[in-house]
Amino acid sequence: MDTNNKKLFSGALLSVALKESVIKLNPKVMIKNPVMFSVEIGSVIMLVVTILSAFMKNDSLGDFGYNVVISFILILTVIFANFAEAIAEARGKAQADTLRKTRKDTIAKKLQDIKNPIDNSRFTEISSSELKKGDLYVCEPGDIIPADGKIVEGLASIDEAAITGESAPVIREAETDKDSVIGGTKVLSDKIVVEVTANPGSSFLDKMIGLVEGANRQKTPNEVALTILLSSFTLIFLIVTVTLQPFASLANTPISIAALISLFVCLIPTTIGGLLSAIGIAGMDRALRANIIAKSGKAVETAGDIDTLLLDKTGTITIGNREATAFVALDNDDKEEFIKYCLISSLSDKTPEGKSIVKLAKEKSNATIDKDHSSLKDAEFISFSAENRMSGVDLADGKQIRKGAWDAIKKWGSQSSESDKNFLEEKVNDISNNGGTPLALAIDHKILGVIQLEDIIKPGISERFARLRKMGVKTVMVTGDNPLTAKFIAKQAGVDDFIAEAKPEDKMQYIKDEQQLGKLVAMMGDGTNDAPGLAQADVGVAMNSGTQAAKEAANMVDLDSDPTKLIEVVEIGKQLLITRGNVTTFSIANDVAKYFAIVPALFVVAIPGMEALNIMNLGSPESAILSAVIFNAIIIPFLIPLALKGVKYRPVGASTLLTRNLLLYGLGGIIVPFIGIKAIDLLVNLFI
Amino acid sequence: MNTEILGIILIFLLSALLAWPLGKYMVKVFKGDKVWTDFMNPFEKLVFKLTGINPNKEMDWKQNLKAMLGLNAVFFTVAIAFLMLQGYHPFWNPNDFSNWDPTLAFNTAVSFTTNTNLQHYSGETGASYFTQLLVFCWLQFVSAATGIAVCALLFKGLLNKESSNLGNFFNLFLKTCTRILLPLAIILSLALTFNGTVSNFDGLQEVTTLEGDTQMVAGGPAAPMVSIKQLGTNGGGFFGPNSTHPFENPNYFTNILENIAILLIPMALVFAFGFYIKRRRIAMLFFGVMSLLFVSFVAISAYQEIQGNPAIHQLGIADAQPNLEGKEVRFGPAASSMWGVSTTSTSNGSVNSMHDSHTAISGGIFLLDMFINAIYGGVGVGFINFFVFVIIAVFIAGQMIGRTPDFLGKKIEAKEIKIAALVAILHPFLILVCTGLASYIVVNNSEIGWLNNPSFHGFSEMLYENSSAAANNGSGFEGLGDNTPFWNIMNGLTMLLGRFLPIIGPLAIVGSLAVKKQVPVTVGSLKLDSAAFGAVLISVILIIAALAFFPALALGPLAEYFTL
Repeated sequence: MDTNNKKLFSGALLSVALKESVIKLNPKVMIKNPVMFSVEIGSVIMLVVTILSAFMKNDSLGDFGYNVVISFILILTVIFANFAEAIAEARGKAQADTLRKTRKDTIAKKLQDIKNPIDNSRFTEISSSELKKGDLYVCEPGDIIPADGKIVEGLASIDEAAITGESAPVIREAETDKDSVIGGTKVLSDKIVVEVTANPGSSFLDKMIGLVEGANRQKTPNEVALTILLSSFTLIFLIVTVTLQPFASLANTPISIAALISLFVCLIPTTIGGLLSAIGIAGMDRALRANIIAKSGKAVETAGDIDTLLLDKTGTITIGNREATAFVALDNDDKEEFIKYCLISSLSDKTPEGKSIVKLAKEKSNATIDKDHSSLKDAEFISFSAENRMSGVDLADGKQIRKGAWDAIKKWGSQSSESDKNFLEEKVNDISNNGGTPLALAIDHKILGVIQLEDIIKPGISERFARLRKMGVKTVMVTGDNPLTAKFIAKQAGVDDFIAEAKPEDKMQYIKDEQQLGKLVAMMGDGTNDAPGLAQADVGVAMNSGTQAAKEAANMVDLDSDPTKLIEVVEIGKQLLITRGNVTTFSIANDVAKYFAIVPALFVVAIPGMEALNIMNLGSPESAILSAVIFNAIIIPFLIPLALKGVKYRPVGASTLLTRNLLLYGLGGIIVPFIGIKAIDLLVNLFI
Repeated sequence: MNTEILGIILIFLLSALLAWPLGKYMVKVFKGDKVWTDFMNPFEKLVFKLTGINPNKEMDWKQNLKAMLGLNAVFFTVAIAFLMLQGYHPFWNPNDFSNWDPTLAFNTAVSFTTNTNLQHYSGETGASYFTQLLVFCWLQFVSAATGIAVCALLFKGLLNKESSNLGNFFNLFLKTCTRILLPLAIILSLALTFNGTVSNFDGLQEVTTLEGDTQMVAGGPAAPMVSIKQLGTNGGGFFGPNSTHPFENPNYFTNILENIAILLIPMALVFAFGFYIKRRRIAMLFFGVMSLLFVSFVAISAYQEIQGNPAIHQLGIADAQPNLEGKEVRFGPAASSMWGVSTTSTSNGSVNSMHDSHTAISGGIFLLDMFINAIYGGVGVGFINFFVFVIIAVFIAGQMIGRTPDFLGKKIEAKEIKIAALVAILHPFLILVCTGLASYIVVNNSEIGWLNNPSFHGFSEMLYENSSAAANNGSGFEGLGDNTPFWNIMNGLTMLLGRFLPIIGPLAIVGSLAVKKQVPVTVGSLKLDSAAFGAVLISVILIIAALAFFPALALGPLAEYFTL
C-alpha cells in the first residue's frame, strides 16, 4: 500500500476537488459550517447589490464595477474553503480506495447448511457483496477471502500482503486467538470455514471510509466546541458591522454596502472556518496512512490526550522473544559437556528460546550434533508441561536430560551436593538481577549449570520513551516476566512503570486505577482476553491479527499489527489539535492588520485625520478594502498544505511549545497580513 | 509634576499591598475559618433564625442561583417601591422631596440593585436622606455582597472534586456584609469624616460666602455612603458631582483613601482566588495581566492629560498647560487619570473629574476599560468576567499544545465554551446595539435634543452611557440628556442583562466543572502560570474587547483625536 504519498495532490484529485467545491455551495451543505455560511450569505447580498447598482446610483450601493469585483472575491472565498474540504476528502477517498480495491466483488462460496459446518462440500457461489452477518463460507487454497470473518473450522496459511504489506504468510486457525480473517486477503493452503462478522458496508474499513468522506463525518467534541467559539466570533463581528451603519451616519460618514460586507467577511475567522473540516479529515487520513483504522474521529482526538500508555513488552520494547546469551556451568571444567547437553535438550524444542540455545551452543562449542545424530537414536523427547515446568530427553542409553525453570530443576536434581545447589541459586540470582531469565539443566538428577536467556531491547526504543515522557505520557510495560526481570528491562528501556507477571485482570485493574486518577489510558492488544481491557481503555488499539472480540472491543485497529503504533497514534492526535489551535490563532490574529486596512479606508473621506491610521500606506480606500478581501480569500488555499500535512508536533514541554507556536502563528498571524495586504495593494494599484 | 506621578504610584502600590492580606482574610471568611470578626456570630445567627434560612445547607449552582436571584428581586422591589413613594416618608426628608417618575425609579432601582449606580438623578435635589441611606446605601452594601458571594461560590466550584456543592449563597452573602464590607466601611467612613467629608442630618444650610452673599448648601450623611460606594465598586455619589464634590472628597489625602478603596476589594479577590485554590502563582499571573493593562492605561491617560489639549495650545493661550478642564485643581491631572482608570476598570463609576472633559484618547481609555470590564473589575463580578476570558484563553492555548483544553484539571468542552462565548459576546452586543439604536434615533430625529455636543463627541457620550450601563459601571460622560424614558428604560434593561447574565453563565460553567473528574497535571499540560499563557490571555482580552469595539472607538474618541 502506498503509505508514502509525498505529493500532496495530483491533477486528478485537483479536478475532483474543484468540482466538489462548487457542488458544496449548496446552502444545505454550507450551513454545517456557520462561518463560511455567513460568507455565502454575504456574497448573495453582494450579488443583489451588484445587480441593483447597475441600474441605480447612490452612496450605499456604490460603483457597479467595484461591486462586481468584491462579489467575485467573496464567492471565491467560499469556493476556496470548500476546495480545502474537498481536497482533504478526495485524498482520504483515494487512500480508502486503495484499501477498497482489495475488496472488489469476489466469488463467495456460501455454505448451504449453516447448522453443519463440518459438511463443507455443499456450497453455492454468490457475489461477496451478498454475504450477510452470520453467513458461513468456505475458502480453499487460491481463494480470495470474500468478507471479514472468523474461522469456525480448520486452519490455513494466508497471505495478507494486500492489507498489511507484510509478505510472509500468517497462520489463522479456528478457536485460537488468531481466528480472524480479513476480506481481500488470499488463502495459500488448506481449507477453512468462516463466519461473516459484519454486514456489507459496516466493516471497520467501511466505517473508516465514512470518516474521511463528507456525508457521515461526525464532528469531534473539540471540533464542536471550536465551531461554537468561531460562530460566536462571527456573531460579534456581525453586530459590529451592522451597528456601524447607524454610527457612521451619525458621524456623517456614509459607508457603502460593499465596504460593510467586506469588513464583516474580513473580520470573521474565515481562515480557520474554511480549513476546519479539512484539518479534521486530514487527521483521519494521517491515521489511515499509518495503516490505522479508527472507528471514530473522537478516538483519534482522544489519542492526543493520552496520559498513560500500556505497552506489551514482547514485540514493542523487546525484539520478539528471549535469546540465549550465555552458558554458565557449575563446574567450569565440564563446560564443553554442559553445552553439548544444552544443545541436545533443545533440539526438539521449537520455541524461539529453544532455537536460540541451539544456535548459541553451535557458536560456543564444537558440538555438531543434530536431531538425526546416531547418539539420539531411539531417544525420547519430553515436551514442556506447565505442571513440571521442565522439558528434556531420555536417551537410548538411559541418560535423562532435563531443562527448565531453575527451582523445578533444583528439585529434580536430588543427586547434587548442597554446595552445588547454593551455587546454582547464586548464579540464578546474578542472571535475574541483570534482567536475564535463567534456565537450569540437569542430567540424571544432577545439576550441570544454567543457561542465560535475555531480552533484546529494540534499538531506539528508549529514545521514543524519552519523547513520550516529554509529551507528558507515562509508559507502562506489561510483561509475564517475574518482577526482578521486569524491573531490569523496564529500567533499561526507560519505561516509567511496569506490570510484572501480568494477567489480563491485572491490566484491567491498572487501567481502572489510572482512570480513577482522571488519566486517559491507551492500550494495544490482540487476544480475546485483552478485549475487556481494550474496551475499558480510552484508546484501545487492536492488532489486525487479533481476534474478532479484540477488534470489536477496540476503537482502532492497526492493520500492521505493530505494537509501537500506539506512539504514532498519540502523535497523530496531538498533531490534529495543534493544527486546529494554531490555524485558529493565526486566523484571529489576522484581524489586526485587516482592521488597519479597512477602518481608515471606511472613514478617511469624511474624516481626513483618519489617514494616520493607514499605517500600511495603502493606495486608496477602494484598493485597501479590495486588498484586505483578496488577502482574506487567498490565505485559505495558501494554508491548505499546512492543514493537510498538519503542524509538526515537537515534544519540548508545554510552555516551550506554547511560546513557539504563539510566536509563529500568533505574532506571525499579526505580521503576515500586513505584508500580504500591502503587497496585494501594490499589485491592485497597478490595474486601477 | 513628579510628585503627582509619585502620588499615583503610591496609590497603586498601597492598594496592592493592602489587598494581599485582605485577600487572605476573605478566604478565611469564605471557608468559615476562625477570624477576628467571629463576634458577629450571634448577630448572623439571629438574622438566619428570623429569616428561617439554614446557612449550612449545601447547595448546587442552580439552588444558589435561585437564592441569589430571589434575594435581588426582593431588593429591587423594595427599592422601586420606596422611590415611587418617597414623598410619603415621615422623617429624614428635610427638603421634602416628592415621589419619583416611574421610569426614573425603575432605572435607579435597577441601577443600585445591579451595583451599577448609574444616576439619572442628582442626589442633593432628588433623594431624601431616608432614600440615600436606607435605599441607596443599603443597596450599595447588598449588591456588593451579592457579587462577592457569587465569586466565592465560583472559587469553591473550581476546587471541587466531583461534587456539585458550591456552598451556601445566603451564608456567604451575610458574612460578606458583616465581616468584610461592614468593618472596612466603618474604618473608611471614620477616616473620611475626620478629614472633612460631611456627615450630618441637617438638610440645606444657609451659608454666607466670602462675597457676602447667602447660599443654600446641601449636606447630609455623606461619609458612610461614600465609603461603601468606593469599597463596593458602586460609585453612586451622595451628591450629583460625586467625588469631585468637596463634601465627598475634600482633599488629596481623602482622594488617596478613596482611590485605594476603589481598587482594594477587586484586587484582593484576585489574590483570594490564589489563596482559596492554593495556586498563588496563577493568581499572580492573573494579577500581572490585569496590572499590565491597568498601568498602561493609566500611563496613556495621564500622559494625554498632562500634555493638555492641542487645540488650546494652538490658540497660543496657556502654553504647555495640562488639560484641566473639568478637573479639581486639588487633585491635578495625574490623580484624575488614575481615578478615571480605576473607576472605569473596576466598574465603580464614581468620578473625581469630569470624564466628558478628558482628552479624546483618555476618554477612549475609559471606554476600553469598560469594554473589558475585568481589569480587577467590580467586586466579585470582575473576577467572574475575567474567568470567562480565562476559559476562552485556555481553550485556545490548550489546543496549541496538542491537548484538549482543561482549566485547573477540568476539561473545557462544548458546553462550557458555549456559555463562555455567549457571555463574552453579550457585552459588545448590549453596548453596540443600544448605541446603534440611539444613533439611529438621533440621525432621524434631529430635534430630539439628547446631544449637547454634535458629531464624534456626542457619539462618544452615547457610547459611554451604554458601556457604563452594560458594564454596571455607573459613571457618565455627562452632557447627554439621559433622564428620558428612552434612556431610563433602555439603560435599565441593559444593566439588568449586563449584571445577571454574566453571573448566571459563569456559575453554570462552574456548576458543570465542579462535578467533573480532575485531570492530572503532566509535563504536557498547559501551564497557567507561564508567561506564554499570560500572552494568550492578554490577546484574548484585547481581541474580544478591543476588536469588537475598534470601529466604534474609531468613530468616537479616535475621530475626535485625529480632527483636533
